[in-house]
Amino acid sequence: MNKHKASVLMRHEVGLHARPSVKLTKLAKAFESRIDLGLSPDGPWVDAKSIVKVMATRAPKDSTIYFRAEGADAKAALEALVTLVDGDFQDGR
Amino acid sequence: MDDRTHRAAHRIEGRSAAPGLALGPLVRLSSVQHEVRQYRSAAEEHRALVDALAASQEDLGALSRQAGDDEAEAILAFQMALLEDDSLVAPALARIDAGDGAGQAWSAAIDPEIASYDAAEDPYFRARASDLRDLRDRVLRHLAGEADQTVPSGVILAADDMPPSTFLATDWRDGGLVLRRGSPSSHVAILARSRGVPMIVGVDVDRLEQGIDALLDADAGLLIVDPDTNMRAGFSLRRAEQSKARQAAASFSGPALTATGELVRVMINVTGLAELGVRDPAEVDGIGLMRTEFLFQAREKLPTEEEQYRIYRRMLEWAAGKPVTIRTLDAGGDKPIAGLTQPGDMNPFLGVRGVRLSLRYPDVFRAQLRALARAAVAGNLKVMIPMITVPEELDRCRALFEQACDELRREGQKAQMPPLGMMVEVPAAALTIEDFNADFFSIGSNDLIQYVAAASRDEPQLADLSRPSRAVFNLIRHVVDHANRSGREASLCGDLAGDPAQVAALLDQGLRVLSVAPGALGAVKAAIANYAGSAA
Repeated sequence: MNKHKASVLMRHEVGLHARPSVKLTKLAKAFESRIDLGLSPDGPWVDAKSIVKVMATRAPKDSTIYFRAEGADAKAALEALVTLVDGDFQDGR
Repeated sequence: MDDRTHRAAHRIEGRSAAPGLALGPLVRLSSVQHEVRQYRSAAEEHRALVDALAASQEDLGALSRQAGDDEAEAILAFQMALLEDDSLVAPALARIDAGDGAGQAWSAAIDPEIASYDAAEDPYFRARASDLRDLRDRVLRHLAGEADQTVPSGVILAADDMPPSTFLATDWRDGGLVLRRGSPSSHVAILARSRGVPMIVGVDVDRLEQGIDALLDADAGLLIVDPDTNMRAGFSLRRAEQSKARQAAASFSGPALTATGELVRVMINVTGLAELGVRDPAEVDGIGLMRTEFLFQAREKLPTEEEQYRIYRRMLEWAAGKPVTIRTLDAGGDKPIAGLTQPGDMNPFLGVRGVRLSLRYPDVFRAQLRALARAAVAGNLKVMIPMITVPEELDRCRALFEQACDELRREGQKAQMPPLGMMVEVPAAALTIEDFNADFFSIGSNDLIQYVAAASRDEPQLADLSRPSRAVFNLIRHVVDHANRSGREASLCGDLAGDPAQVAALLDQGLRVLSVAPGALGAVKAAIANYAGSAA
């Protein structure tokens, strides 16, 4: 099975707030794999495609975000998500 | 005579909140009631919710395409993402399958989310509760089969109350507004006057029938439902006269002189750059009041120093050397700001508002003072502090302002301390005005009147007490006398100044600087031209 893990430090000034969460969940949904997000390496995990769940983590600035993904495109998904968070949620717009 | 012609027009009395006339069909904006729908079968409820969610998604998409600003787009994108989220939608659908009605099920799914945002410690998260509430109500409106609250122009809108954000999102061309709640001094009324939208308050809107033509005579505080041909004709005539008078007033440019040739400076009250766009600075003697609350409202984040600086600077550029008086944040009272003012304040008008709030949020205040100190270099800026009650408050503001200037200079930025004045709206300050170290005084008559009379300006039953009294005029004279003796400027920027019927009384008190809603400019200048000196 194709399982992957990754983590990244989030520096966004207001934390995992509405705008960054919208971008993150949108990106996650672009992939087939099941993707979870957590604030520690062993969870608890929430569905990274759910804006309700992602925002409920209330992740503040300077938290480390952990991802785990399972599915055909798991590796690509995590690379993309890490790039998004690492680039402070700029999507080139 | 048959029934149709016999049917009598009926008059409904309210109170004028913004002058003007409008004729059009009545459109009722209802506040959402949760159980307006009749329960059908589980399958039909299921479909009703799915349809309402899809229709809401479509609304938001359309709004987002016309939004045109970053903050609005971000909020809409957040709401659209929520609608697509199975962890919100699936539990609602499960409840329907278990026997709940569609509206009930949707509320049950989203209400706990709203409650959790309401309880959040971080003000940014707390402010999101209003976005979820807005989304909940949008879906409930669709379930109730109500039209979206974006309405065509040229109608008369009737509602219980209206948040400023809805007012700003509405196209008011040829339209008017009728509210049950609110008052001539509420924030929406201020906006309505500024944009020339006829508005009355204190009307039992439940009795109004949707779609029937009505005449809104906001000069007289009247709504005439189903007017007959004669009324319509008379109305058109008056409207034509008014637009002629408006044009004449607009040509009343240049300095305002009394009948005896005395100069009175007339400035305008504004909320932002949008209102200045179409105006010629030559028409006015400056900006007497720039309300900064609007920079802070209906946003995801509080505005940054840089953002504020750019707006203040552009106002100074517009004024081209004429004075621009910017009031620091006057939140609280009837102007709550998500994440900043306290929800559920027992008595907001007597609570933590104006300078009281600013001094409790030093970071927010500091960013504003820094932006102002930087802008002061670029033009004729004056800054005033709202709700000053005791001299120490103004002293603390001055010290913080000086500190902000020092900081900026140390960082190598240009900064300057502008003249620092105070709003005179608390009776305690008016009575002891000699004790305040202010560079100028600006009388805020709206609050002064309600504090002097101990009568809420939002209570329609106390309208009589909300009129200016001798007590109020005595206080105004006291402030003006002190200003004249000490060589400082006193002006008045409340609604009193924009009422042509009150202009003579204000000039009688010695005032020679007035600041009014842009829509009142012509009428006020005309009233000044008729003034031949004190009647006494």
